[in-house]
Amino acid sequence: MNQIAVVDYGMGNLRSVAKALEHVAPKANVVIAADARTMRTADRVVFPGQGAMPDCVREMDARGLREPLLAAAASKPFLGLCIGLQMLFEFSEEGDTPGLGLLAGRVERFRDDDMHDAQGHKLKVPHMGWNQVYQAQAHPIWRGIEDGARFYYVHSYYAKPRDALLRAAYSEYPKPFDCAVARANLFAVQFHPEKSQAAGLRLLENFVSWNPQ
Amino acid sequence: MHSRIHAFTAAVLAKRVIPCLDVDRGRVVKGVNFVGLRDAGDPVEVAKRYDLQGADEVTFLDITASSDERGLIIPIIEQVAEQVFIPLTVGGGIRKVDDVRTLLNAGADKVSINTAAVQNPQLVAAAVAKVGSQCIVVAIDAKQVAPEPKPRWEVFTHGGRKPTGIDAVEWAEKVVSLGAGEILLTSMDRDGTRIGFDNVLLRRVCDAVPVPVIASGGVGTLQHLADGVLLGGADAVLAASIFHYGEHTVGEAKRFMAAHGIEVRL
Repeated sequence: MNQIAVVDYGMGNLRSVAKALEHVAPKANVVIAADARTMRTADRVVFPGQGAMPDCVREMDARGLREPLLAAAASKPFLGLCIGLQMLFEFSEEGDTPGLGLLAGRVERFRDDDMHDAQGHKLKVPHMGWNQVYQAQAHPIWRGIEDGARFYYVHSYYAKPRDALLRAAYSEYPKPFDCAVARANLFAVQFHPEKSQAAGLRLLENFVSWNPQ
Repeated sequence: MHSRIHAFTAAVLAKRVIPCLDVDRGRVVKGVNFVGLRDAGDPVEVAKRYDLQGADEVTFLDITASSDERGLIIPIIEQVAEQVFIPLTVGGGIRKVDDVRTLLNAGADKVSINTAAVQNPQLVAAAVAKVGSQCIVVAIDAKQVAPEPKPRWEVFTHGGRKPTGIDAVEWAEKVVSLGAGEILLTSMDRDGTRIGFDNVLLRRVCDAVPVPVIASGGVGTLQHLADGVLLGGADAVLAASIFHYGEHTVGEAKRFMAAHGIEVRL
C-alpha cells in the first residue's frame, strides 16, 4: 500500500492538500502526520506550509519533526509545497530564519522597487494568482503538464538556489525566479498544486507514482 | 523544454474569472438589487460545474440572515474543498477572528469581511495578524450618492440595507492600510441589473489601492466582463447570474476576454 504522509506541524489547513492527494490517488493511504513514526513508515512525504517562516520553523522543532523530515528528504519521494520549499534552504529573510539547510541558497522577498511589468504597471506583493510555470529540465513530475501551464501562487518570498542545476522550473514576476527545484528524490514547488486545478492535480498524480532511483 | 529561451515579456498574472454563489440556508440563490431571491441549485454541484468550466476561483457569499443557521455554510465549504481544487473565498456573517479560522479550517482559502469591518475596523488588522493579508478580503458594497462631475460613492452594510456615510474610495484605502489583501467591490446600483459594472467606481478604487480589486455587480454580457478589466482596471471579475442559468460558461467568458487581448488562464 502506498502510504503518503502529509506533514502536520500546526501551520494552516492541510485538508486541501490531503484531499487533492486522495483525489488523484484513491487507492493510496493519505495520512496527516504529526509524529516521527508515521513519517518514517510512510512511502512518500509531502511537506506543505502556510504562514510565516519563523513560526513554521518553531512549530516544526516544537513537535520534534526536524530529524524525521531530514531523514525522509534523504530517503524517499519528498514533495515540498510553498513554505515547504522555502524551509529546505539555508536561510530566509523572513524574520532572518535559518531553514533546514538541505539545499544551498537563500529565500528573499520580492523587492518593491523592482516590481514593475513591461508596461510600467506596479506589480503587487504578495504574488497572488495564476502565473505561468516554465519547465527548466525534464522531470517525471512534469509528465503530461504543458510547458508554461499556469499554477496558483500566494507568496511574498521566493528561493534563490545557489546551484542552478536545482532549477526545475521558473516563473516571472517580473524577473524570472525559480519556482520548482529538484534533486534526486526531492522535489519542491513554490506554487500550490492543490489549488491549481487540472495542472496541479496532474503534478500530484505524478508525484504519487514517482519512483526516483 | 531544455534550456528553453523564453522571451522576456510582461510578467502578467492572469485576470481571474470568479463565479459567485450566493448561499441562503444551504442553497445557491440569486437576487435582483439585493432582494427577490431565486433558487439556482446545490452549492457543491454548482461549484464543481464551475471548476470543470475553468473558473479561477469560486466565491461563496452566505446571505443567511439568521445567526442560528449561519453554521450551515461550514459543511458546504468542507464538501466543496474535497472536490474542487481551486481557491475558495467565503463571505457573509463573519464577526470575529475565530469565524475566519473556522472557515479557513473548513477549506476556504480566503475570507471576505463586509459589515463587521465597518463596525470594527480593527477586526481586519487582527485577522491579518493571525492568518496573513492574502487570506483577508474586504467586501465593499458601494452606492453612488453624488453624480458626475464629482461622483461619490457611499459604503452600505447589512447586505446593502444600511448607509454608513463612509466614502467608498477612502474606505478601500483604509482597509488596505489595515492589511486587507484584496477588495471585492460591488456596485449596488448595478447589482442584478445586467447593465455592466460601474467602471468609473472601479477605476477610482483600482487607482487608489495597491492590492487586487475584484469587480462585482451588474454583469449581463461577456463584454461587461472584458470592460471591467479594460475600462475599470479590475484584477478579477465576479459574476453570478450569467453563469448560473447557463447563458454562458466560464470557459466562454475566458475565451471572449482572451480574444479582447486580456491575459487569462485557458
